[in-house]
Amino acid sequence: MVKDIICVACPMGCQISVDMNDNGEILSISGNTCKRGDAYARTECTAPARSLTTTVKVSGGIHPVVPVKSAQAVPKGLIMECAKHIASLEIKAPVKIGDIVCKDILGTGVDIIATNICPEA
Amino acid sequence: MIKYDLAVIGGGPAGMAAALRARECGVEKIIVLERAETLGGILEQCIHTGFGLHYFKTELSGPEYAARFIELVEDSDIEVKIDTMVLSISDDNVVTAVNKTDGLLEIDATAVILAMGCRERPRGALNIAGTRCAGVLSAGTAQKYVNIDGYMPGKEVVILGSGDIGLIMARRMTLEGAKVKMVCELMPYSSGLTRNIVQCLDDFDIPLKLSTTVIDIHGKERLEGVTIAKVDDNRRPIPGTEEFVPCDTLMLSVGLIPENELSKNMGIEFDPVTNGPVVDELRETSHPGVFACGNVLHVHDLVDFVTKESQIAGEGAAKYILGGKTDKKYVKTKGINGVRYIVPQKIDLANEGDVELYFRVGDVHKNAKIIVTYNGQEIISRKRPRLAPGEMENVVIKNDMLKNFDENGIIEIQVED
Ligand SMILES: Cc1cc2nc3c(=O)[nH]c(=O)nc-3n(C[C@H](O)[C@H](O)[C@H](O)COP(=O)(O)OP(=O)(O)OC[C@H]3O[C@@H](n4cnc5c(N)ncnc54)[C@H](O)[C@@H]3O)c2cc1C
Ligand code: SF4
Repeated sequence: MVKDIICVACPMGCQISVDMNDNGEILSISGNTCKRGDAYARTECTAPARSLTTTVKVSGGIHPVVPVKSAQAVPKGLIMECAKHIASLEIKAPVKIGDIVCKDILGTGVDIIATNICPEA
Repeated sequence: MIKYDLAVIGGGPAGMAAALRARECGVEKIIVLERAETLGGILEQCIHTGFGLHYFKTELSGPEYAARFIELVEDSDIEVKIDTMVLSISDDNVVTAVNKTDGLLEIDATAVILAMGCRERPRGALNIAGTRCAGVLSAGTAQKYVNIDGYMPGKEVVILGSGDIGLIMARRMTLEGAKVKMVCELMPYSSGLTRNIVQCLDDFDIPLKLSTTVIDIHGKERLEGVTIAKVDDNRRPIPGTEEFVPCDTLMLSVGLIPENELSKNMGIEFDPVTNGPVVDELRETSHPGVFACGNVLHVHDLVDFVTKESQIAGEGAAKYILGGKTDKKYVKTKGINGVRYIVPQKIDLANEGDVELYFRVGDVHKNAKIIVTYNGQEIISRKRPRLAPGEMENVVIKNDMLKNFDENGIIEIQVED
C-alpha cells in the first residue's frame, strides 16, 4: 500500500510517498527533498504528532488569557482532548514565559508552558 | 518641542529591530512611539509557532519572538512611549503624537523610521452584498479577541480567504470548540503555505473550497448564514452553483494593506503594487531622513525578514544621522514577466556592499528560472523548484556588479518557465 503525505517540516511542503506492507512496515520512502522529510514520513505513518498552541485562563492579570504551547509534540489523536483540558484550567497572575501550566498533560509526558508574560493588573 | 536623533513610529518587530540597530551604530537619542499598550505589534496575538526559524534557528510563537526584542529594548537606553498615537509628520521631520499623560507631543527628529505595520482589508473593499449584521469580522480581529481578550466571537464559522491568517484561525477556532464549516478561496489555489493547509485544515477535516466565494450575507441582528458560489476563470460567480451555508460567524481573511495614512500625508512617493513607499537599499523613502521597514513597506509573511529589513533601515538612519545627507545616484529595479514587485525599488550607486533584492511572483511556478537583467543583458540566472505568490524570494546583487552600473540604468527580474 502506498500512502501519500505532505511533509510539514519546512515551508517547501514536499509530497512524499511511503510504500508499506500489510503489517504497516515501511518498505520505501520517496519524494522527500531532505532527510528531515524521511524522518517526518516515518513518524507520520507510525505515530503522528503535532505541537499544540492555545490559551489558558488567567485570574488577576492584565489580560484574561495567556498563550501556551506544548513543550514537545503530542500525539495527533489527542490534540482536541488536550485543548479541552487546557480550556478547563485557570492559573493566577503573574505569569512568566516558560511557566509550566500543566505537567504531563493527559499522561503524554508532555508539559504545557506559557509563551507570554501576564503581569498582575 | 523635544529634540531626538531618531523617532521610530510603531513598536512591533520592525520598530524594535530598527531602533536597536540604530543604537548599536552609535545613534544616541532614540524614541519609539507605540499606540498599543505593549510593545510587540501583531506578534502578541500570533500565538501559534512558526516564527524565528531563520533568525533564531528555532521555532517560536509570536509572543516569544517579540519578547526577545522587548527585553533588549528594555535593557537599552532607548526611550519608549506606549499608548501613544502618532498623528502627523511634518516636512522637516517634526513628529506630532498624543497620549493621556503628556497630551500633545512634538518631537523634532533628525531622522524618522516608519514601522506602522499593516492592517486587514475591510469588508467594504470586497463588495459582498447582503445585510450589515453582527458576526462578520476580519480574521485578524477575531485572532485578537480569542488570543488576547479571551473572547470567542462565534460557534459556527465560515472563513473567506485561505491565506495563512485564515488557515491559522480555522484551527484556532476549532481548538476552542467552534465548528469551522469551510474555508472558501476565490482563487484556484490557496495563498497559504501547504504546511498550514495540512496542519490547520486536513488535521481537523475542515474542507477547503477553491474557486469559491461568498456572494450574499443573511441575518437581521446576527448573521444566520451565507450564500457561497463557484466562480469561473474570470472570478465571476457561476449561476446555479449557489449554496446556502448556515453559520453565525463569517471571517474575512482577504489580504493585508500597509498602514500608510501618515506617509501618504507627507507626500512620499508610493509604489502602487506594494502600497508602501518607494525606498532605496537603505530603506530611505523619497523624503530625506525618513525610512520605512516591515509591513508598512511591503507585506511580509515571515517576521524573520521583517527583522532583517528593519536592521538595514536602522543602519541607514544611523548613517544619515551621523554622516548627514548625501547626493545619491540611483539605478532602478523593476519586476516584469511574472514578478509583481521588487524592494528596494532603487539602489544608490555609491553603496559599498552587496544588495539583496526581495520580490514576489504573481503565480505558482514549478521548476522555473529567475532571470536578472541589467539594461536588458542577463546578469544572474537561478533555478527554483517552486515559486509561489505567498513566499518572498530574494537575489543578491554583488557590489562588483553594482560598480559597473550607471545612473538611471534598470535592473529587471523576471520568471522563465
Ligand atoms: C495574523 C498574522 C499571522 C502571522 N503569522 C506569521 C507566522 O506564522 N510566521 C511569521 O514569521 N510571520 C507571521 N506573520 C507576519 C509577522 O508577524 C509580521 O510580518 C510582523 O509582525 C510585522 O511587523 P511590523 O513591525 O512591520 O508590524 P506590526 O507587528 O503590525 O507592528 C506595527 C506597530 O505599529 C503600531 N502603530 C501603527 N500605527 C501607529 C501610529 N500612528 N502611532 C503609533 N503606533 C502605531 C501598531 O500598534 C503596531 O504595534 C503573521 C502576521 C499576521 C498579521
Ligand atoms: S522533505 Fe525536507 S525539504 Fe521537503 S518539506 Fe520536508 S523538510 Fe522540507
